[in-house]
Amino acid sequence: MQRFSLLSLLQNSLSGHTDWKPFWRDAAPKPRYDAIIIGGGGHGLATAYYLAKNHGITNVAVLEKGWIGGGNTGRNTTIIRSNYLWNESGALYEHSLKLWEGLSDDLNINLMFSQRGVINLAHNQADVRESIRRVEANRLNGIDAEWLTPEGVKAFCPIIDISRSARYPVLGATLQRRAGTARHDTVAWGYARAADSLGVDIIQNCEVTGILRENGRVTGVRTTRGTIQSDKVGVVAAGHTSVVASMADIRLPLQSHPLQALVSEPIKPIHPCVVMSNTVHVYLSQSDKGELVIGAGIDSFNSYSQRGSFHVIEHQMAALIELFPIFSRVRMLRTWGGIVDVCPDASPIVSKTPVKGLFLNCGWGTGGFKATPGSGWVFAHTIATGEPHPLNAAFSLDRFTSGALIDEHGAAAVAH
Amino acid sequence: MLRIDCPWCGEREEMEFSYGGQAHVAYPKDPQSVSDEDWAQYLFMRDNPKGLFLERWVHSQGCRRWFNMARHTVTHEIFATYKPGEPPPKAGQ
Repeated sequence: MQRFSLLSLLQNSLSGHTDWKPFWRDAAPKPRYDAIIIGGGGHGLATAYYLAKNHGITNVAVLEKGWIGGGNTGRNTTIIRSNYLWNESGALYEHSLKLWEGLSDDLNINLMFSQRGVINLAHNQADVRESIRRVEANRLNGIDAEWLTPEGVKAFCPIIDISRSARYPVLGATLQRRAGTARHDTVAWGYARAADSLGVDIIQNCEVTGILRENGRVTGVRTTRGTIQSDKVGVVAAGHTSVVASMADIRLPLQSHPLQALVSEPIKPIHPCVVMSNTVHVYLSQSDKGELVIGAGIDSFNSYSQRGSFHVIEHQMAALIELFPIFSRVRMLRTWGGIVDVCPDASPIVSKTPVKGLFLNCGWGTGGFKATPGSGWVFAHTIATGEPHPLNAAFSLDRFTSGALIDEHGAAAVAH
Repeated sequence: MLRIDCPWCGEREEMEFSYGGQAHVAYPKDPQSVSDEDWAQYLFMRDNPKGLFLERWVHSQGCRRWFNMARHTVTHEIFATYKPGEPPPKAGQ
């Protein structure tokens, strides 16, 4: 791997930046690997990286049907936080946030990780009670969390309208100061580059069409680029997980929906943090380019088309203007959608399956980006050892049979 | 936005409707004898096909009645809407 440093920047500037190497090799599939990861998004690439780095398993293939950074990793609103309610979620997302805090150094790439603070607004008494409960739960779990009064919200984010006459007045907010944003596609590229340098093959334009099994064990996968053998296969296919799992006759509690986001034209720095509101339903940050990055809701119906309905965007704009009247004349540049796999309890599934050697990492729904490092960390452990890491043991597939659900609809922040 | 043909009211905009997920998921005949695995299947496990899907909708801002729909989950093409109790349309119809 060609490492980035001040010296390498200077050297390459002298040669007109023509000597930079590609981030990863364009690998062709080998006949056999020690482990195969289906899905080259952030979670899949992080899994491959930690398989190589933490567990010494380097003969790994990451199979991506499209291109690296073309799926949900490059389509989300880049928000990172760990203020989830339950102990299990708090531990998993906080582990992830701690990894984010050292990730640019670890991957030797600037992820533009910015801990600018995330506030979650409360607009009614139920919101207030739920939010304060969550602040206390977070603090008991060692996760930084504060409760802000409306004046405190105004001090932290001066452009927000806190007037009592609003249709949904701001009654307060939770604040996580260590939360923030990162540049999303660099996360995919950074993990791909680091995994590649440890020997992982990243194989793009390679769609899995079948999962090979013998006597209840996985033996490999059939792909559009030929058959590949392996005793361990991890499925990290986000919105398409149900499709891949059905190749192994596994039925999941997932439903796939389009989730949309949009950006405005670039404007000068005006929005210092990330604001999320469950109730009027909008979330907003400003990118380093100056665009307002605005998250919308999911379409109610199941869909695999990477586009959402316009009325969802219309609703989003109404909520945005309600909270930020200052943006009433800002023009929007573009909208897009990604397919998210939503679980009934708004928590992920990182788990073994009834098929030996086949593992699942899915159900992250509308909020998977923040979990990218932690998800890869625990899934690599699950694949390498065959047993879940303590942090993902509770996120097993059989919780839907035992009834031990982890209901995070309050903290997930996107209504589903 | 979808244009949905309510079997009772005729074609209306999607805004008037609410989604109810997979259709034809039958309540267990003898709930007392159902195993945990079968309850999980009934409560949580759902088909999630990329293609034809039979699903429930309710005309919540209209007649407030439930009905079923056959729709494609990639193109969003609606093949048919039909009343509860009616069999789903056969493929190709």
